[in-house]
Amino acid sequence: MSARGTEGVTDRPLVLANVSRRGFLQGMTAAGGFILAAGFSSVARAADPPKYGADGMPNGWVDDPLVFVAIAPDGTVSITCHRSEMGQGVRTGMPMIVADELEADWKRVRVVQAPGDEKRFGNQDTDGSRSTRHFFTPMRRCGAAARTMLEAAAAKRWGVPVSEVEARNHEVVHAKSGRRAGYGSLAKEAAQQPVPARDSVRLKDPSKFRYIGKGQTKLVDGPAMVTGKAQYGIDTRLPGMLYAVVARPPVYGGKVVSVDSTETLKVPGVLKVVEIEASPAPAHFNPVGGVAVVARNTWAAIQGRRVLKVTWNDGPNGSYDSAAFKSAMEESARKPGKVVRDNGNVDGAMAGATKKIEAEYYIPHLAHAPMEPPAATVRISGSKAEVWGCFQSPQATKDLVAKRLGLQPADVTVNVTLLGGGFGRKSKPDFAIEAAVVSKAMEGKPVKLTWTREDDLMHTYFHTVSVEHLEAGVDAQGKPVAWMHRSVAPTLFSTFVEGAKNEHALELAMGVINVPFAIPNIRIENPEATAHTRIGWFRAVSNIPHAFAVQSFVAELAAAAGRDPKDFLLEVIGPARRITPEELSDGWNHGESPEKYPVDTGRLRRVVETVAREAGWGRQMPKGRGLGIAAHYSFVSYVASVVEVAVDDQGVISVPRIDIAVDCGATVNPDRVSAQMQGAAVMGLGIATLGEMTFKEGRAQQDNFHTYEVTRMSGAPRETRVHIIPGDYAQPMGGVGEPGVPPIAPALCNAIFAATGKRIRRLPIRDQLKA
Amino acid sequence: MTPVTVNGRRYNINLPDDTPLLWALRDELGLTGTKYGCGMALCGACTVHVDGQVVRACQTPISAVSGTKVTTIEAVGTDRVGRALQAAWVDMGVPQCGYCQAGQIMAATALLKRTPKPTDAEIDDAMSANICRCGTYVRIRSAIKQVAAAGQSGATR
Repeated sequence: MSARGTEGVTDRPLVLANVSRRGFLQGMTAAGGFILAAGFSSVARAADPPKYGADGMPNGWVDDPLVFVAIAPDGTVSITCHRSEMGQGVRTGMPMIVADELEADWKRVRVVQAPGDEKRFGNQDTDGSRSTRHFFTPMRRCGAAARTMLEAAAAKRWGVPVSEVEARNHEVVHAKSGRRAGYGSLAKEAAQQPVPARDSVRLKDPSKFRYIGKGQTKLVDGPAMVTGKAQYGIDTRLPGMLYAVVARPPVYGGKVVSVDSTETLKVPGVLKVVEIEASPAPAHFNPVGGVAVVARNTWAAIQGRRVLKVTWNDGPNGSYDSAAFKSAMEESARKPGKVVRDNGNVDGAMAGATKKIEAEYYIPHLAHAPMEPPAATVRISGSKAEVWGCFQSPQATKDLVAKRLGLQPADVTVNVTLLGGGFGRKSKPDFAIEAAVVSKAMEGKPVKLTWTREDDLMHTYFHTVSVEHLEAGVDAQGKPVAWMHRSVAPTLFSTFVEGAKNEHALELAMGVINVPFAIPNIRIENPEATAHTRIGWFRAVSNIPHAFAVQSFVAELAAAAGRDPKDFLLEVIGPARRITPEELSDGWNHGESPEKYPVDTGRLRRVVETVAREAGWGRQMPKGRGLGIAAHYSFVSYVASVVEVAVDDQGVISVPRIDIAVDCGATVNPDRVSAQMQGAAVMGLGIATLGEMTFKEGRAQQDNFHTYEVTRMSGAPRETRVHIIPGDYAQPMGGVGEPGVPPIAPALCNAIFAATGKRIRRLPIRDQLKA
Repeated sequence: MTPVTVNGRRYNINLPDDTPLLWALRDELGLTGTKYGCGMALCGACTVHVDGQVVRACQTPISAVSGTKVTTIEAVGTDRVGRALQAAWVDMGVPQCGYCQAGQIMAATALLKRTPKPTDAEIDDAMSANICRCGTYVRIRSAIKQVAAAGQSGATR
């Protein structure tokens, strides 16, 4: 059985790719470096000219058709997708863009997954809801350039001016003479044509799009997914492959003191135990260390680990207790902290206000829990290594595996499989480095290293934990005149930078610092918090706690004022206006240009108005039912949700319906936009009602789905209606994968308030409504 | 040696008797369509049919399936209901990452073969053992209902 679920691009017998013009259309590249800071480098290094969007990402973008498009003599068009598929539909969406401009017949397109190689393909770091907004235009140019080369080849063959021929649905047509030539027959000659200069490439008028924006294109991986043929990281199989699982330090920063593998080595099928060196904190993307058990199959490795005796030194985080930490964070949140935005005179306005209202919100640590846990396979041969796995960041995987093995990155091939969910977890290639260490210890034999569910939950890069403290001064009508928000949360930068204790600019810019409210006096503070576990980014990141607090608090102010929550929210947002991120003290703006991407309160208002209208806001609800609304701007998209909740007399919650309005600009694959919103609704409900990772003595307390619960079908909405605001292809696009999540928890809690009068300020809800 | 019939083919599996069927399928027989998700019968990713009944392969030792007929996602399409569900899944764009969908389809197939016209509550009951972290539940329900409504879930051919 082939291990290559995704085919490499280097060995294709395809004609158009044969001419090497690598780098001809290489895009602008940023300085690279720290992967997370990408898009922030322009701010960090003020002397450099600012670079935004894809330009600001390491290795930027590439739009060379010879890199992405290959046409075989039989007319099959192979389009390379350089971004990782984790359920967002990128392996359908990216090739659709190219195919549309190329005038390719979708039925004759196949999709090839790029290996990790950003010099060749441009940035491949698939997170931040960036793929479509960063690569829509480069991929259009790529397809259009290939189409131009096919047209030029046909014109040359027929001896007619290129202006007289036209590419149309997989063939080039000369209308005057009625001659036509299929793409397959033209491929070889087209490859001899120069790649047109970028500025000369003619893009289609959007009215001529065949696939983009139509919602008719089925998932390229759909048939493989429903028949069991789809290959995920955990499915890799190689001849002579060994299997490994790892016993990791139960506490972040812990180390192995001693290992007794006597019983382990007696387990049938177990071959060896291999120590993986711990990385000093901060862990970055490095393994946390531990002891690997290598066996002839996964089960034997798991059985071997069960009887492995390891003595650990827990290190400084051995006393981490999440309940005590919550109290400590609350204490910090009640005292002044670092001021990160200050408009007007908050103290003066508070003093002069008719009434002061305050509330505090808590969201615990969360684990991503992708259904496919992390898994990677490595094989080493001499100075070369091959890696297979479910990677959101294949270039980081390549660089870090090379570094750990002492090889050149160019000698490490990273094959990207499908990802069985990612949610940010698989951005961190620690599991690939573990597999590399074990393969090396096994003389380079192929080793598949699988994380069990217990490993995944207890050793992930946890979503941060946060206390959000809000105060408002309101006038006689209940209108806020002063707004003070203290956000306390260990920063994900603590995983990368020793001693980081304040939220980073990119975390603050996720809905706490950049609230675009029409309130004259606003102060945002960020007291310090120390991380005691490995913090990482989780789908929608800091937008989750920030949106929960801000959108709950606005609803609390509305209730205090005796106002309709939707009308009140619109009033707080204020009139339609375009606010520069700078005015909001936001120096990050999701890495996007402040000119192209101001915060547009008109768009925020529109999603609120749209979702309210579509959900039938204001309709009469029976006893125990309620509607709640919330809106949030994130990943340069605007989303508002209305959740309808039913709370029975036992305090059990069900959700008959969720409406979501999303303005992400123009769309490539609207069906996938809907799918992402539907999925975000389910994940958002899980965060609100069930999800919590707690710690005692530094150890994560939840180890499988019975203790770390996620939403099941019985808890899912009966119905989710998604309303996509039509966009203009001439305007910049927004993100889709993440922005659906943040408004769900506050909308649900606002609905619960409407249904029961009970205000939820601490997530998850669990049994807080039980009588 | 444990004799096991999987997808109509007989295998002699040379693993300890208590090895879960999941790992025998995946690591020994190379049938990787059946997924690992939790190892504790909590998530349904490893759902297979044993003599037509839904079974979580991660908690089923190979000794328990000796002399039975095991069907996995790789062969469920030979069944009329399984095939109709696969088609509906593709047509309605149910999968996101797709990882759990093998287990979902195995659970849905068993449901419709037992209950050709399930109510919402019956669908929820049958499917709530299968976790989808991408949150495709609304479409899973729709796809099951579409197949049921089209009368494709009747007696097998």
